[in-house]
Amino acid sequence: MRDRTTRTALARAIGLGSAKSGVEHWWAERISAVALVPLSLWLVASLIAHSRNGYAELIGWLKTPATAILMVLLLIASFHHTATGIRVIIEDYVHSSWRFAAVALLQLLSTAVAVVGIVAILKIFFAG
Amino acid sequence: MLNNSTHRNEPAAAPVVPPAAIRLRPLSPNIQIYRPQLTSVLSIANRITGVISSIGTVALVAWLAAAALGPTAYSGFQGEIASVPGQVILAGFTFAFFLHLCAGIRHLVWDTVHGFELRTIYISGWAVVFASILLTVLAWAISLFVIT
Repeated sequence: MRDRTTRTALARAIGLGSAKSGVEHWWAERISAVALVPLSLWLVASLIAHSRNGYAELIGWLKTPATAILMVLLLIASFHHTATGIRVIIEDYVHSSWRFAAVALLQLLSTAVAVVGIVAILKIFFAG
Repeated sequence: MLNNSTHRNEPAAAPVVPPAAIRLRPLSPNIQIYRPQLTSVLSIANRITGVISSIGTVALVAWLAAAALGPTAYSGFQGEIASVPGQVILAGFTFAFFLHLCAGIRHLVWDTVHGFELRTIYISGWAVVFASILLTVLAWAISLFVIT
């Protein structure tokens, strides 16, 4: 009796096929994209509105709770989206063993830059 | 199993192929073979503008860090932005952001399994092009002539 599958016996034996974690990555990229639509438009509109303001006015704006919350959310969504998005580009074009290094570096850097931004916002919010 | 043998343990009557020939399997044509089309150009543009927007986000963090460091660091950063190269880079970031935003919204609509008709694909594609140009011009017009 023949198998009702198109997979070869060898493929089944060594468990190849779906990477089993792709959906999570795909979903994370979409969720961060949806979050970034209002957050990034808010940022651009705010930056335009404050483009003629001096340092004191800018700090006054950054010190409001709504601004601090939205900025932190924006940075989390941005760097999550960056990390997932650029990872796809790396996986498409880097075929050597550099792929692992490039993805690891991307994740470390995007997390580090996001943390720098969040600490900057919190410092302004709490200390000024 | 894709061979024609009736019994599973019987070896398939496949021709003996040298290993080198197995590795040289036909490839699908590469991107430079094709004439550029709106669909392919926008797909690549979405990636490139995504990378540019990522660099823009790093610039945003640098700007926030300068603001957190104090008025001296901040005015130094603002001076760089106000320079001609700074304004050109900022205009580039603006266009890249709006194109990636519009193309991203188009992708999110596709994710709901809508808008795959060839006609709709081209309408939404040109909508992305014109909306991102319009939004960039609008943002700079407001910033330069409305905000005082």
